[in-house]
Amino acid sequence: MTTIAPEETAYEAVFDATVAADERIEPRDWMPDAYRSTLVRQIAQHAHSEIIGMQPEANWITRAPSLRRKAILMAKVQDEAGHGLYLYSAAETLGTGRDELLDRLHSGRQKYSSIFNYPTLTWADVGAIGWLVDGAAITNQVPLCRCSYGPYARAMVRICKEESFHQRQGYELLLTLSRGTEAQHAMAQDAVNRWWWPSLMMFGPPDDESAHSAQSMAWKIKRHSNDDLRQRFVDICVPQAEALGLTLPDPDLTWNDERGHWDFGPIDWTEFREVLKGNGPCNEERIGRRRQAHEEGAWVREAAAAHAAKHGKATR
Amino acid sequence: MNVTATPALPLGDDALILSHRLGEWAGRAPVLEEEVALANIALDLLGQARVLLSLAGDEDELAFLREERQFRNLQLVEQPNGDFAHTIARQLYFSTYQELLFEHLAAGESELAPLAAKAVKEVAYHRDHAHQWTLRLGDGTDESHARMQHALDALWRFTGELFEPVEGLEAAPWPTLHDTWTTRITSTLEQATLTVPEGPQRGGWAAGAGRQGLHTEPFGRLLAEMQHLHRSHPGATW
Repeated sequence: MTTIAPEETAYEAVFDATVAADERIEPRDWMPDAYRSTLVRQIAQHAHSEIIGMQPEANWITRAPSLRRKAILMAKVQDEAGHGLYLYSAAETLGTGRDELLDRLHSGRQKYSSIFNYPTLTWADVGAIGWLVDGAAITNQVPLCRCSYGPYARAMVRICKEESFHQRQGYELLLTLSRGTEAQHAMAQDAVNRWWWPSLMMFGPPDDESAHSAQSMAWKIKRHSNDDLRQRFVDICVPQAEALGLTLPDPDLTWNDERGHWDFGPIDWTEFREVLKGNGPCNEERIGRRRQAHEEGAWVREAAAAHAAKHGKATR
Repeated sequence: MNVTATPALPLGDDALILSHRLGEWAGRAPVLEEEVALANIALDLLGQARVLLSLAGDEDELAFLREERQFRNLQLVEQPNGDFAHTIARQLYFSTYQELLFEHLAAGESELAPLAAKAVKEVAYHRDHAHQWTLRLGDGTDESHARMQHALDALWRFTGELFEPVEGLEAAPWPTLHDTWTTRITSTLEQATLTVPEGPQRGGWAAGAGRQGLHTEPFGRLLAEMQHLHRSHPGATW
């Protein structure tokens, strides 16, 4: 048995009591090392997802079919950069730095959401991302507004407000396409067909295979299991798809009166694992673009630092 | 297409095309704060474009269904982004011009006065952003100094066009605007330890070219990308 210093046991008791009372852990509070490192990993990967997630949508900024849609899309991609900034700041309260986290992203040591490794092939994908991907993100993130770590919970409150707005805009984009010409309707259906299953994978592996779940739930970082959130999302989406006049690409989708939930077909976990391993359709391209932007921007960051050093101003 | 002859058209085209170029930076900026800043400026410009083009006709018809020869934007704003220094040089030249022009329009009583009064606040921010970056790059490292000077030199020949009288705004004090512009640019460049370019301020063969619908080669490709989806679905609403 390892010996624990008496003060550490006392700190731990305070930490446990704070979590048990649903109060917030703040940056200066004592916390278990594993709690700290789990949060750094989760918040950083969340931040990385915002940053990488700009790419599939930015892919359509220059081709948006109306000026109104172009403005909405630009504003959305800008919001994502802002969300990345909030989240890196939240991660920094745990004693790490943005540069280090970006380095871990660029070197592949930290991940980002698997969903952003899928390509945006038509304009309707922008709507499908808003409705399904942002919808799944919100379902995941709303409980994080009550996460035990204060800075993360507060970042999520701000982010969720903006995300819900994006989700409604995505839904409205798809609705316009669905009620538009035959070609537009087909474009919308095709996008939903391609984004539905990857969106369900956003909730992570099934509960019996989820490595971090039990500990995260005990620490109240996580409030619901992957499968519970996934079910909640499916239940929300089915009537929305109907209202859109679009179908979901799952022949097994049926209402289960006994459970009071929609039953749905099996998820292709082989595909999920391949995408996570780096073998998805756009993994190379996404991380390559991110590294390229960082490398090509190095001289700009060096210039800002040199100028600040000469003139005594902070670089950021 | 119904197009009203109004100076809102060339000014709207400037904002539309520069906004498009800045939109190309999304996901490629050197630092996250610049993702936010460049998108913010692009959005301001797109907002201006939408108001201005709506004064001339239907914003989407004008943006998506005109040919290259019908666009009236300055050649400066259609120039490719290049490296960050080129983007900043283009922004410094243009936003300094736009701020002066909008200050003049805001003080007048034309149909453009209300838009100019609102936009001039945005443009002051754009100009300050470009000014600050010109200082950082000019007075940063040797490499950034060289890149910034190169960008300023390369875009200089597109700056003469800024002061060709715009149709419908012939009465504006163009030579005075040009003088003030030169003073402000000179001051920023001196502070940034850079040199004001010395070459001609316009290309050899077509003075006032963009305003007359004569553009540079990259502009055709910009329009091809911007318009293709809209044109692929005639009559559709989005």
